[in-house]
This record gives sequence, structure tokens and C-alpha cells, in this order.
Amino acid sequence: MSAFQVPSPDDRVRILDESGQVIESATVPDLDDDSLVGMYRDMRVMRRFDERAVNLQRQGRLRTFPPLAGQEGAQIGSAYATDEGDWSFSSYREHGYNYVRGVDLPSILRYWSGDERGAAVKGTNVFPLAIPIATQIPHATGTAWAAKLQGDDVAVVCHFGDGATSEGDFHEGLNFAGVFDVPAVFICHNNQWAISVPRERQTATDTLAQKAHAYGFEGIQVDGMDPLAMYRATRDAIEKAKAEDPGEPRPTLIEAVQYRYGAHTTADDPSTYRDEAEVEEWRRLDPLTRFEAFLRDRDLLNDDRLEEIEAAIEKKIDGAVGRFGDDPEPEPADMFEFVFETPTEELRKQGAYLEALRDRYGDEELRS
Amino acid sequence: MSATQDLTLVGAVQDGLRTEMERDDRVLVMGEDVGQAGGVFRATEGLYEEFGENRVINTPLAESGIVGAAIGMAAYGLRPVPEIQFSGFMYPAFDQLVSHAARLRTRSREQYTCPMVVRSPYGGGIKAPEHHSESKEAFYAHEPGLKVVVPSTPHDTKGLLIAAIRDPDPVVFLEPKRIYRATRQQVPEEPFTIEIGDASIRREGSDVSVFTWGAMTRPALDAADELASEDIDVEVVDLRTLSPMDTDAIVASFEKTGRGVVVHEGPKTGGLAGEVTARIQEGSLLYQEAPIARVTGFDVPVPLAQLEDFYMPEDTRIMDAIREVHAF
Repeated sequence: MSAFQVPSPDDRVRILDESGQVIESATVPDLDDDSLVGMYRDMRVMRRFDERAVNLQRQGRLRTFPPLAGQEGAQIGSAYATDEGDWSFSSYREHGYNYVRGVDLPSILRYWSGDERGAAVKGTNVFPLAIPIATQIPHATGTAWAAKLQGDDVAVVCHFGDGATSEGDFHEGLNFAGVFDVPAVFICHNNQWAISVPRERQTATDTLAQKAHAYGFEGIQVDGMDPLAMYRATRDAIEKAKAEDPGEPRPTLIEAVQYRYGAHTTADDPSTYRDEAEVEEWRRLDPLTRFEAFLRDRDLLNDDRLEEIEAAIEKKIDGAVGRFGDDPEPEPADMFEFVFETPTEELRKQGAYLEALRDRYGDEELRS
Repeated sequence: MSATQDLTLVGAVQDGLRTEMERDDRVLVMGEDVGQAGGVFRATEGLYEEFGENRVINTPLAESGIVGAAIGMAAYGLRPVPEIQFSGFMYPAFDQLVSHAARLRTRSREQYTCPMVVRSPYGGGIKAPEHHSESKEAFYAHEPGLKVVVPSTPHDTKGLLIAAIRDPDPVVFLEPKRIYRATRQQVPEEPFTIEIGDASIRREGSDVSVFTWGAMTRPALDAADELASEDIDVEVVDLRTLSPMDTDAIVASFEKTGRGVVVHEGPKTGGLAGEVTARIQEGSLLYQEAPIARVTGFDVPVPLAQLEDFYMPEDTRIMDAIREVHAF
């Protein structure tokens, strides 16, 4: 599609139909068998991890957790399309993408248990997640711009939700990306709901993808519950971003149309604003079910193989929960450590004061 | 005696909004998730059903848009009460607040005014995720043209919220979410107001004055009760309004005790404890018996949940400071 054509829902990129059959006009991306099965396994890891994390929150071991069930296809598909060395920026729900990119499961649990040590995992080029809405978008543009200025073969993938498209930072980030023609891929995870506000109330446009038109680059709508379509769309966007002479603007906005099965976070109750029947309707497009059917058709998956995968996933997640549980408690002095490269005199004083209080009264007393 | 009802602090927010919306059809609420869902803390629960979508408005997710549009509505004669879901998400709207809301009256020589109330839950102690625990009231109090109100009881919440909605100028109304449901109190069913700029003596005492506001009022009172057994008679002054600040009440209390402790959750440097201390110096220097102590958050980003207790100025730290000031 040309960058200057407003995309409509009819143009939505899709490779698998609702039952997991390859659509007639579609071409399956050139992925080897291990990668295809790997994508499925990772989607399933995240589905299971999500359930366990929600339970850990109910047990009080996590403080809050934003579940991603329903959104595995968009996250894992786009992660497999990202090159080693590329950078990524995310909001709070893209654990699946970040996991594939090297963020370990115990770190994700640490972060949501309120332990800063889970906040940034070294060596991954995965920027700390952004809780405020859309604020990561200009960062992604800036990093992509820097990579371009330095002549590096690096693209940047930036994730955000449908609600984020209403924020000023979305406009400013995408506008800069267009003006400076930076190698960035913006993935809008349109899961239909920004907490209780439906997509229709977020914008009067037909699609979110068409907003790219206003910034002078391509915007496409993709079936976000089709991992192959998400792989294809992200891969094409990354290749265009990095091409020596792409012949068209480098950035792309991908609107991944999907659905959040669960609550916004464990603190939210979706029954106050949406109908359960709507959830069931979207479950018919479930990314795991569709992809499983596709892999079975190609003889890449059967009951035995599935059982093995399932057992390995249980073991992996048990291990992750165990390692998370074995963490020693963070030290209170930790909060003063990383404010500046060199703590100020005042910070040192405040740290010493806290230590003196701990000596005098004990941690239990200070915590009560 | 007029009828009362048993309300939590968040229940009083809801009741205050309802009371004013019934009385004045120019009053409307707007924000993210304030409609059918009733707000993430249920502060607007039931209002959508009662007043409809033109007065209880679910907006797109855009804080600058919410506050900026409210300024335009206020200038046109409505009385908008925008909600910012958590005060940590206020910053996209900060430009609208300080560059426009705060100075619309001044720069239009009163041709246009901005009678709106920006409500927002603030503060720590609920083990929330990042950006959900900050206490940055000093930002707003530093801005000329904004009034800043921080209630600490259900009764005050209703009276101050109604006063804020009726106020002819913009008010930032910071709600201590930690105590949204901590206590219940009998609150009049009828509308009533508490004057903005008027502090409240929560506990009378003669030895040391503690000045505080919002969610810190409770640990300050607990500290005072506990120190009674050590024969330290503590007065607790709840400022309730940070701009304008009740200098007379601060000075009067200090002149009685000669010793002061200021308690707030926000970081120490640039926090309003410095402002309270300066007003004491200006107003009652010759009464001063001891250095004024500040019990505050540290100069660090509020740590995530596991270390939050070590950041918050709880009763133990408050007692420690009171003892020190008392013994000086």
C-alpha cells in the first residue's frame, strides 16, 4: 500500500483465517520450522505466565499485574521479526515481546512485586517500560534518530496501546519520526479498550493506522491475533527502516487489531464497562488456537509434541517463580544509589539518617 | 440538627460532586474512566447514571486535552471538575495549568476567568506501581494563581470540594488516596463549605506543634497520642489548604509551643516544609526554642513497593523528630 493512501479495515493484513488456515492470497513468511514452533512455544509461555502472575498477585506476592492474554500473537510475532541489536520501547503490557528479546521471567515478576531490581535487564536493548501513557514514543524516535545519525544498522520498535494515540506525545513522536525520517516501527496494540474507554471513544477516525498519513509515512492495519501477519508486517517495516535507500519514508505505524481478554490490571474490574459476550466473540480469533491449527496442518505439532512443550513450559515457569521467590529483600539504602552518578552531600546525609533510624528502631518498626 | 450520613473520604468526594451538580447545572465532571466505570477509585460512581454523558464525560486518554478543554469550558461559563486519574499523570497537563489556568484572570485583566477544580488522587503508602505514589503539591503551590487544597477527613473533603467548585479561580484538589477508605465519618447531607485557606487544629497541645496535611495527618496524630505517655503534649495543625496557606494559624500555634515539626510525604528539598518554616521565622522568630524539624520523603524518586515503607514519614520517624525538638 502506498504511504499516502488512507488504510481502511478492509486492507487489514492477515495470513491465517479464523480457523488457522492460510488465506488464499497470503504468503507464509519464510521462517524455519524451529522458529515457527518457537513462536508457538513462546506464545504459550506467555499465556501460562500470565495466569501464574495473576495468581501471584492474588496471593499478594505481586502488587499489581497487567495481563496480556489475547495479545500474544502481536507481541511474539513482532519480537521474532526484530533483529538482534535493534532497540525497543514498551508500555507496561508487552512482557511477551520483552521476554523474547531477552528479559527474563523472574525480572518481570520482580518489577511487578515492587522490586526495582527487575526494572532494567542488562544487555537486551529493551528500555525500561513506561507507565505514563505514550511517553516512550518520542524516546523511540530519538533513539532511532541517533542510530541514523551514527550510521548504525539499528531499527527501533516502539509499543503502545490504542489509548496512547490520544496523547500529545504520540503526535510529537510520530511527527518527528516523519520529519527526520528515522528507522522506527511504531506498533499500536489496539486491544479495543483503554481501561473502560472503548476505541470508538478514543478517536473519531475509522482506523488508528490512518493517523500515519498525517505524518507522511505508511500506516497499516494488521490482524494482531495472527502471529504470522504480525511477523510479516514488522519484518517488512524493519527492513524498510534499515534499507540503504528505501525509496519511501522509513517509519511505519502498525495498528495491531486485537483484544485484551482480561482486566486492564489486577486492580480493574472489566465487568463494570464491557459485556462478557464481546470477550467470547474475540476469543474465536485466539492467536494460540489459530497458530496451533496452522502448525498441526504442517505436521510441526502433534499431541505428543504439545505435551512435551507444555511440560517444559511448566518447568520453566516453576523455575522462574522459584528464582523470584529466592530473592533476598532489597536493601533500603538502594533507593539513594542511583539518583545521580555521584550522590550529593544531601543524599548521603539522608541515607545516613535512614540507617540511623533503622539502627535505633529496627526495620519492623519503620515498616509498620 | 441537619441530617448526616456515614461517609469515607472517597464517598465524600462523590457526595460533594453530586451535591454541587444537583445545585448548579453548570458543574460537570470529565476525565478518563469517570463515566460508566465510575472512576478507578469509584469517586464518580453513579454520577453518569444520574447526570448523563454530557455532565459526566469520559474523555480520550489525554491529560493536556482534559485540562485544556476544561479551561475553555470554564472561560465560557461552565464549572468543569476535571479528574486526572493519578497525580503522577498530571504532567502532560502541567503546561495548561501553569501557563494558562493560573494566569487567565491576570492576563485578560479579568475579562476571562478559570473557575475549575482539577481533582487528582496523590500520595504513597498503597504499594502502587511507579508514578502512582508521588506527592508533588509543592509544584502547584509554587504557581501563583493556583489554589491548592489537600483534605484529610471525609467531612473536610465535602466542605472543601464544594468550596473549591464555587471558587471563582482554579483549584488543584489533591485527594489522599491512601485514606480514601481508611475511616468513616458523619458528614452533613446538605451542601456546606469550608473556607479555602483555613487550617484546622486537629489536636491541641502545648509543647510541640506539628504542621502537616493530607494522609500525613493520621500518623502525626498517632505520634502525638503515643507521646502523651512520655509527657510530651503535641499540637497537630492540619493545614488543609497549601495555597493560600494559613499563616496566622501556623504562627499562633508556634507562638504557643515555641517548637515545630513539619511533616510531608514529598521530597525534602524544595518541599513545603521549607515554606512553613520560613513563615514561622518571619512571624514568630523570638518565640523559637529549638530548630524546626522537617520529616519528609527523601530526595529520591519514590521507590517501588518493597522499599516504600522506608521512604514514607511514618509515626516512628515523626515521634523521633518530636522528641528531638522537645529535648533541645
